[in-house]
Amino acid sequence: MKIGVLGLQGDFREHIQVLKKLDVDAVDVRLPEDLEGTSGLVIPGGESTTLRKLLRFSELDQEIIARAKQGFALFGTCAGMILLSNQIKNDDKTDPLQLIDITVSRNAYGRQIDSFETSIKIKDIGDFHAIFIRAPQIVSLGECVEALSKHNGVTILARQNNIMVGSFHPEINGDVRLHQYFVEKMCIQSQPVATG
Amino acid sequence: MTEKGTFTVKSGLAEMLKGGVIMDVTDAEQAKIAEEAGAVSVMALERVPADIRADGGVARMSDPSMIKKIIDTVSIPVMAKARIGHFVEAQIIEALGVDYIDESEVLTPADPWHHIDKWQFKTPFVCGARNLGEACRRMQEGAAMIRTKGEAGTGDVIEAVRHMRIINKEVRQVQAMPEDELFNYAKDIQVSMDVLRLVREQGRLPVVNFAAGGLASPADAALMMQLGCDGVFVGSGIFKSSNPEQRAKAIVQAVTYFDNPKKLAEISEGLGEPMSGIAVHSLAEEELLQTR
Repeated sequence: MKIGVLGLQGDFREHIQVLKKLDVDAVDVRLPEDLEGTSGLVIPGGESTTLRKLLRFSELDQEIIARAKQGFALFGTCAGMILLSNQIKNDDKTDPLQLIDITVSRNAYGRQIDSFETSIKIKDIGDFHAIFIRAPQIVSLGECVEALSKHNGVTILARQNNIMVGSFHPEINGDVRLHQYFVEKMCIQSQPVATG
Repeated sequence: MTEKGTFTVKSGLAEMLKGGVIMDVTDAEQAKIAEEAGAVSVMALERVPADIRADGGVARMSDPSMIKKIIDTVSIPVMAKARIGHFVEAQIIEALGVDYIDESEVLTPADPWHHIDKWQFKTPFVCGARNLGEACRRMQEGAAMIRTKGEAGTGDVIEAVRHMRIINKEVRQVQAMPEDELFNYAKDIQVSMDVLRLVREQGRLPVVNFAAGGLASPADAALMMQLGCDGVFVGSGIFKSSNPEQRAKAIVQAVTYFDNPKKLAEISEGLGEPMSGIAVHSLAEEELLQTR
């Protein structure tokens, strides 16, 4: 199976490495045509303001929205979560792609000095080591969105059908289980869609 | 257990900056322009390196009020510079809530022998390097990110290229070295075996490595990316050019499409005058910042 990782900016190489450990054909996506034949896309951590501008410049934003509406699987971590959300509470300059019914707050845990790592529990996966870097928070989620993990009462991993988002970085320490969940439970169901 | 300020968290932020451009800004207005152009971070400093070079005298850390204003203006991470070895400037910068500290040769060094013990801080550090030995020594002192030194404030990319070429060559040499030769090499370049083993294993610096010092155009940025850098710093090159907004945006795009000459040609069109610059070969030895 071929899965894309948005390669415009951020730690996309770490996601590609994790996917390769799962024997997935992981490709770096920087142009709309790079999505051809992929069964899903990971949107990595990076700077959401930068990524939003490059999504527009590359015209990948429209392509991702069109595919998502046909069931294309998406997994956004950190900045990726911000970009897929319905609304950003504390940033009126960045317009998110509005593909999952959540409202997020950027840098909600504070500045870099407040970045942290901790142990969490994920539904169907179990204990997981999570790394939060200037992380965003989900401040509210719609009825169709399922919380897959919480930390101090706040949802940090959520899924709505074909779209999953997380506040933390599962790719940094090389744990493959969350990516495996994405590949096996979400990507297989969505068939590759022709570029249009 | 929840832990803050770990090396994973420090180097983690550098990982998120990869494929991005960090821009020097001297006030809130410039910071806004940089963020609007797509910078992943801004470096808050009172004078860009070209002006520090022209003014002469002692260059110190920036006024905290100016750094605070920039922190309040943008939502992207903010970096600030401390003088080499000046751990109190670094403490002040950490107290301001700055996201990354650059222990920088662009400012006047404060200690003739020592760099800052960066393990004492929760805020991560980036340091400049001209070769593998320098890069490894800074990492051993706790730097979570490295950048080439280049020759800041010149608009001449030759020194950044030199430093990246040297690091690449030395990494390749280390990769080919058997254990017994590695002992001697570690002694020669004054670094530990542990860090050299990591270099050998990974075939690169074990932390994120950006290009810095003299980059002035989208093509310069793409050149450094093709040489293997993870991202770029642009100092004087943006706000000393005739059209900072457009040039900043173009450099951001060039770092994403660094290996796509067709895109780079589009991106490089009609950007106006770059900074005029100084050819590094015309500088006297004592005018160089990189040897600090």
